[in-house]
Amino acid sequence: MSASLLFDSPGPRTIARHRMYTVIAVVALIAIVGYAVIRLADAGQFEYDMWEVFITPRYDKVILIDGVLNTLRMAFSAIIGAVVIGVIFGIGKLSDHAFVRWPCWAFVEFFRAVPVLLLMVLFYYQYGITRGETGAYWSVVFALTVYNGAVLAEVFRAGVLAVPAGQAEAAYAMGMRKSQVMMIIQLPQAVKIMIPAIISQCVVALKDTSLGYAVTAPGLTFVGKQIYVGFANYVPTVIVIAAIYILLNLILTAIATWVQKRFVGEHKIDMYEVGGGMATGGGF
Amino acid sequence: MRLTRTRAVVVGLMLAVTTACGGNAGSDDSGKKVEADKDAAASLPADSHMKELADKGEITIGVKFDQPGLGFKDAASDVPTGFDVEIAKILAAGLGIDPASDKVKWVETISDNREPFLQKGRVDLVLASYSITDERKQIVGQTGPYMLTGQQVLVKKDSNIKGIEDLKGKEVCSAEGSTSLENVNAKGAKGVGAETYSACAEDVMAGSVPAMSTDGSILLGLAAQNEGELKVVGDEFSEEHIGVGYPKQYPEMCEWINETLQKSFDNGDWADAFESTLGKSGSETPEPPKLDACKS
Amino acid sequence: MSVLFDNWDLLLVAFAHTVLLFLIAGLLSLLFGTLLAAMRVGPIGVLRKAAGVFVTLVRNTPLLILLVFFRIAGPKIGIQFNWVDIVWGDIRMTAFFAAGAVALTLYTSAFVCEAIRSGINAVPVGQAEAARAIGLPFTDVMRAVVLPQAVRASVPPLASVQIALLKNSTVTGVFGVTEAFSRMRLFTNDFPTQRVGIFIGFALIFVLLVEIVSFGANRLERRWRIA
Repeated sequence: MSASLLFDSPGPRTIARHRMYTVIAVVALIAIVGYAVIRLADAGQFEYDMWEVFITPRYDKVILIDGVLNTLRMAFSAIIGAVVIGVIFGIGKLSDHAFVRWPCWAFVEFFRAVPVLLLMVLFYYQYGITRGETGAYWSVVFALTVYNGAVLAEVFRAGVLAVPAGQAEAAYAMGMRKSQVMMIIQLPQAVKIMIPAIISQCVVALKDTSLGYAVTAPGLTFVGKQIYVGFANYVPTVIVIAAIYILLNLILTAIATWVQKRFVGEHKIDMYEVGGGMATGGGF
Repeated sequence: MRLTRTRAVVVGLMLAVTTACGGNAGSDDSGKKVEADKDAAASLPADSHMKELADKGEITIGVKFDQPGLGFKDAASDVPTGFDVEIAKILAAGLGIDPASDKVKWVETISDNREPFLQKGRVDLVLASYSITDERKQIVGQTGPYMLTGQQVLVKKDSNIKGIEDLKGKEVCSAEGSTSLENVNAKGAKGVGAETYSACAEDVMAGSVPAMSTDGSILLGLAAQNEGELKVVGDEFSEEHIGVGYPKQYPEMCEWINETLQKSFDNGDWADAFESTLGKSGSETPEPPKLDACKS
Repeated sequence: MSVLFDNWDLLLVAFAHTVLLFLIAGLLSLLFGTLLAAMRVGPIGVLRKAAGVFVTLVRNTPLLILLVFFRIAGPKIGIQFNWVDIVWGDIRMTAFFAAGAVALTLYTSAFVCEAIRSGINAVPVGQAEAARAIGLPFTDVMRAVVLPQAVRASVPPLASVQIALLKNSTVTGVFGVTEAFSRMRLFTNDFPTQRVGIFIGFALIFVLLVEIVSFGANRLERRWRIA
C-alpha cells in the first residue's frame, strides 16, 4: 500500500501547513547537523594534520589492501562456507527421517541464538591464539560461516517450501524419487528465490567482520585502530572507516538489486517470507 | 538506485582526487641503527639454543604493536619501533643477526598470547611490556628486568585527584586483561577495561572516567601526546619488573640474555635506546636496573 | 563448566547488564523506530528524505563503529554520559553503559523502522482505499484501519529485530560494559582449560533468553490473530 493512499491530495490550507512544517523540519535538521560540525571544529577535529593520514598514498594503500581487501576476503570466505552449510542443514531439516531432522534442527536453533562474538572468542582462544594473525583471521571466518550457515539453512528451507507445490507433485507423479525431486526440480527454483536473502546475508557478514576487532583479526577496524593509536585522530578515523563500510555495503546492496532484477524478473518476492532478509537485517 | 550509483561515483572521484594530492603523514623513523655483533656471536657456547639461532641466522621476536613508545607498528611500516623493540634489536645483534634485515621477524604479541606463543615455539623471545611474575615463571622463562616501572595515575589537567587513594570506589580505566587493571582493583578502585591505553586517555579527556592508570612511562607518553590536557599524579603504587620472555626448555638463554643486557647497560646502548624512544616524551633517562640472578 | 557454578554471582551480574541493555534499548528503539516510520510514510517530503538517509546510513554501518563513535567521538561533540550514574549493588550503569545503550538504540531503531514499514505495506491496499472512500481523514485512517493491522503484521519482523538486539548487546562488552560477553572473555582467559564448557554455558543461557523473547512474540501474534 503506498503512502499516498493514506491521505487526500492536499488542499490549499494543507499545502500551506505542510510548507510550514517543511521549513521547521529543515531548520531543525540544519541546526542539529550544524551544531555537531561546529562542536567538532571547535575540538580541532578538522585540522589538516588529523586528516593528512588519509590522503597519504602510503596509508591509503594500507587501508585498501590490509583493510578493505582482508575484510572482503573474510566476508566472502565466510559466505561461501555458509552457503554450503546452509544447503546441507536446510535439506537436512526437510528430511523425512527424524534422526536426520532433529539434529539439524538443534544445530540450526543453537547457532542462530548464539551471538557471533561469543563464537569468535571461542574459536580464537581455543584454536587461533597460537597462530597469531592467521589464527585470528580464520577464527573470524569460521565463526561467521557457522552463524550465517545456520541462518541460511532457514532461508533454504523456506525457499524450497516456497516453490509451488504443484512442481513437486508433478515430479512425484512422473515417478521421480525424493532426492531427484529435490535436486532437479526444487533446488534450482529455490535458489532463484533465495538469491536476495543470500546477498543480504553477505551484507550482514561484511558488517560482522568488524567484530574481528575483539580478537585482533586483520581487516578494516584493525587498520583503523593502528591509525588512531599512532596519530590520535579518533574522530576522523571513525568517520572514514564508517564511510568505507557504508560504501561497501551500498555497493553490495546495489549488486543484490541488480541480481534480483536480472535473474528473478517480475516474480514478486516477498522479502520477509524467505527468512527475514533485508527488512530485519538478518542477525546483526 | 540511480542515486546510489551517482553517489558512489562522486565519492570515488573525490577519493581519487584526494589521493592525488598526496599527504605526507607519518615518519620514516625506524629507530636506532644497531650493528650485528659477529664477535659476540662467535663466542656463544656450542649446542646452546642461542648458537642454533645464530647459525640459522633468523630469529622471531614477539613485541607489542599498539603501544607507542614501547612497541608500536605504524599502519604503513613493516617494522615496529619502541623501547622494547630497541632492546630486542640489541639482543638480536648479540646473536650476530642484523636487526635491520628481514631475518628478524617481528610478531605481534598481545597480553593473552605471550605464554602460548613461547610454549608453542612461535616466537624465540618476547619483549612486550612483559612483567616478571612468579606465576609466569612456572610456564615460561623470564629474566631481566630491563626496565623498572611503577603504576601511576593520569587525570585531567584541572582535576584535584592526587593519587590512587582518592579513587576508591571510582572508575579507573586501564587496558583489558593487564596487570595494571588488577592492581587498580586491588587498590579499591573499580577497574574499567578498554582496548588500548590511548582509548583510556581519550576517555579521561572526555570525562567518561575520572582517571586512568598504568605504568608511569606509558602515562608520560600519553600526556606528552595530548599536550597539556592531562597530568600524571600520585606515587608509584606498584612496581613492575619488565623482562624478557624465552621458552622454558632452554634455560641457558637466561645467562646469555643477562650478559647481553648488562653489556648494554655498561656501554650506554641501553641509555641510547631509552632516549631515542621513551625519552622523546620528556622522561628522564633512569639508571639501568639491577638484573635478577638466573636460577641454575 | 564448573567455574560458572563457582562464580554464579559474577555470571548473574553480567547477564543482569545484558538484560538491562536489552530492555532499555528495546523500549527506546521501539519508540524511536516508530517515529522514524511515521516520518517515512508521512506527507512531508523533507522528513521522508531525512529519515530515509538516517536509516540507510545506520543499517549499513557496523554496530561496532557506532559504539566507537559514541565512546570516542561523541564526547567531543558534547554527547557526554558522565551524568549517568546509577549503581544497584554490583550493577553499574555509568557512562559506558549509557553510551552502549544509546548506540544500540539508534542502531536497532533503523531496523524497527523498516520492520514497521513492512508491516504497513502488508496491509491490503483495499483497506486504505475503502477507508478513504467512506471519507475518513488521515488520522482516522491510520488510527482505526491501518495501524491495528500493520502492528499485527509487524510482530514477526519486530521480534526478529529484538532478538538481534539481545545478541548485539554483546558488542558493548568490547567497550567496557561488564556484560555477558566481557565476562565470558575474562573467564576464558583465567580458566583456559574450561574454555569449551564456559562457551556452552553462556551459549545455553543466550539460547534460553532468545527462546523467551521468541515465545513472548509468538503469544502476542496468536492473541492478535484474526484468521
